[in-house]
Amino acid sequence: MSEALDLVASLPFWVAVLRIATPLILGTLGVLLCERAGVLNLGIEGIMVAGAFAGWVAVYQGAGLWTGVAVAAATGAAFGVLHAALTVSLGLSQHVSGLGITLLATSLSSYAYRVSFPKVDRPPTIKPFAPMADLGLPVLNAQTPLTLLALLLVPLMAWVLMRTPLGLAWRMVGENPAAAEGQGLNVVALRYGAIACGSALMGVAGAFLTLSAFNAFYFNMVNGRGWVCVALVVFASWRPGKALLGALLFAFFDALQLRLQQADGGLLGLSLPYQLYLMLPYLMAIVALVLVARRASYPQALMKPYRKGER
Amino acid sequence: MRLERRAQTSRRALLLAPVGAVLLTLALTSLLVAWAGAPIARAYLLLIEGGFGSRFAITETLTRATPLILTGLSAAVAFRARLYNIGAEGQLYAGALAAVAVGGLHGGEGLALSAWLLFPLMIAAAMLAGALLLLGPALLKSRFGVDEVVTTLLLNFIVLLAVSALLDGAMKDPGAMGWPQSVALKDELQLSRLLSRSRVHTGLLAALVLSVALWALLRFTTLGFEIRAVGSGPRAAAFAGMPVTAVGVKVALLSGALAGLAGAVEVAGRTGYVTLDMSPGYGMSGVVIAMLAMLNPLAVVAAAIFVAGMLVGADSMSRAVAVPTYIADVIVAIALICMLVATLLTQYRIRR
Repeated sequence: MSEALDLVASLPFWVAVLRIATPLILGTLGVLLCERAGVLNLGIEGIMVAGAFAGWVAVYQGAGLWTGVAVAAATGAAFGVLHAALTVSLGLSQHVSGLGITLLATSLSSYAYRVSFPKVDRPPTIKPFAPMADLGLPVLNAQTPLTLLALLLVPLMAWVLMRTPLGLAWRMVGENPAAAEGQGLNVVALRYGAIACGSALMGVAGAFLTLSAFNAFYFNMVNGRGWVCVALVVFASWRPGKALLGALLFAFFDALQLRLQQADGGLLGLSLPYQLYLMLPYLMAIVALVLVARRASYPQALMKPYRKGER
Repeated sequence: MRLERRAQTSRRALLLAPVGAVLLTLALTSLLVAWAGAPIARAYLLLIEGGFGSRFAITETLTRATPLILTGLSAAVAFRARLYNIGAEGQLYAGALAAVAVGGLHGGEGLALSAWLLFPLMIAAAMLAGALLLLGPALLKSRFGVDEVVTTLLLNFIVLLAVSALLDGAMKDPGAMGWPQSVALKDELQLSRLLSRSRVHTGLLAALVLSVALWALLRFTTLGFEIRAVGSGPRAAAFAGMPVTAVGVKVALLSGALAGLAGAVEVAGRTGYVTLDMSPGYGMSGVVIAMLAMLNPLAVVAAAIFVAGMLVGADSMSRAVAVPTYIADVIVAIALICMLVATLLTQYRIRR
């Protein structure tokens, strides 16, 4: 057990925590923005795959790393606009549309990868973002600029949502779209904007995996991270600051289970199957949901399609 | 642009909607086929031939459709009551494991019961395992208001890891030369072939009977009426004195049991043991099939055969022309979105 404590006290452990947390921070902020405007976006799992692929393929073709990030964001936004068309303009079920977007984005990425690279034994690689070694801050100087971007986006998102007219308008269409309409706000345009921006963040979350954490695209690399983000938003009660906390907490458990797997004898000297450790983060996400669910104050118009003049 | 509710939905529109959605899907995906550099007409011909064009193609499609009908029914009944069960994949594996646990050759022996007793026991165990796995999220939803989509999605990962652990440990077949596969099912518990020289098994008949049974249940029974009422408005149903929570639990048990059965049927009819790749996403495909069928249990059969035909056809097409097999997944995903829009247009018209 003291071995485990030593690990937790070590610097590399916290470097790993922040690295694991980065895509979760970006993805959770994306889901948070969509849901604050009243639209659930279960497309995140697929949008992350599409962002990971599109960003990586752009860099592979010779574009710069930041261009790759922009391509990933644009890809995410494009799927977001499709989700908005289905859920905002047409008022279709947000659950089903989101799952449809996930299936579409995932299968399109797999298809595009296979068309582009029909016969490869091992995935082709790129040169990913380098750590910001000259930053002079412990833990952070072992991270790439995308992690810094994710951390800076947290206060930015909080400021936009809570302190600007745009944020107020977004929250209003998520709470009471009819009243927002009465104030002269364009509910449809605001929701389109929120979903497109949120989905762009999901695309960047995926791009972090291929442009920073790894240097290649693998089919199952997102592996449920998107769904975890959806759970984290509820855990964070739709607040950016708490979203950061939730992402770090989740990443802490993920890093811990990785270390415990590698540690001799595992937890308390029991040699448990490694799969039990891998389950831990998913179980934590469910437990967190249950703990906060009773007190959760959902945006009032979440999952309710808005049709002018229809009650 | 705005949507205006139609006074009534014509029967013709309901029949035309799926046809139109499928045609639009094939038109859209033809762009992707062209991008891969294959001749479109020949590729589609190969796709359809590969899925439906020969005795072999048809029997393979029906074999693939069998678990898909069951997961499709599982999603359809749950979605009817607005219980968004996306966990059919996990429930399928839970059912498969339970089936092998009851009917498997543990240490070369297995339970010393006659096949007549063991077979229903195996099926019951599989259905119970699937049902219990969905009962948790359903109760969390009714008791704590936890969104069941997220919990069922996360449970899929947990169950797959549990399967992986069991295939390494307690349920591992020692004779499989290190491959992670479970002990095999007793021979006398395996489903018999429906046709010679094919893999179609009697599980298909069970799936067909169940789709009619589920249709009858939704249409003619009190529970079916309650499910439809809860689905069209839980608050109104509660106001009318319906036991909304109890209906939700019953639907969860039914939906989970159907997905668990899909696992048992795959093990007993096709594989004979559990592996980690026995289901190439039958759970998620079930959701798509239920939507394509507009949540009608009878139409689930047709939708499952369509999806199975695309999957089988894409396999054989990709061997002949340079189109990756993933085209089948793209076709299914676009078909889902087109079908959602087509269904909407049967209920609403677009006005400027």
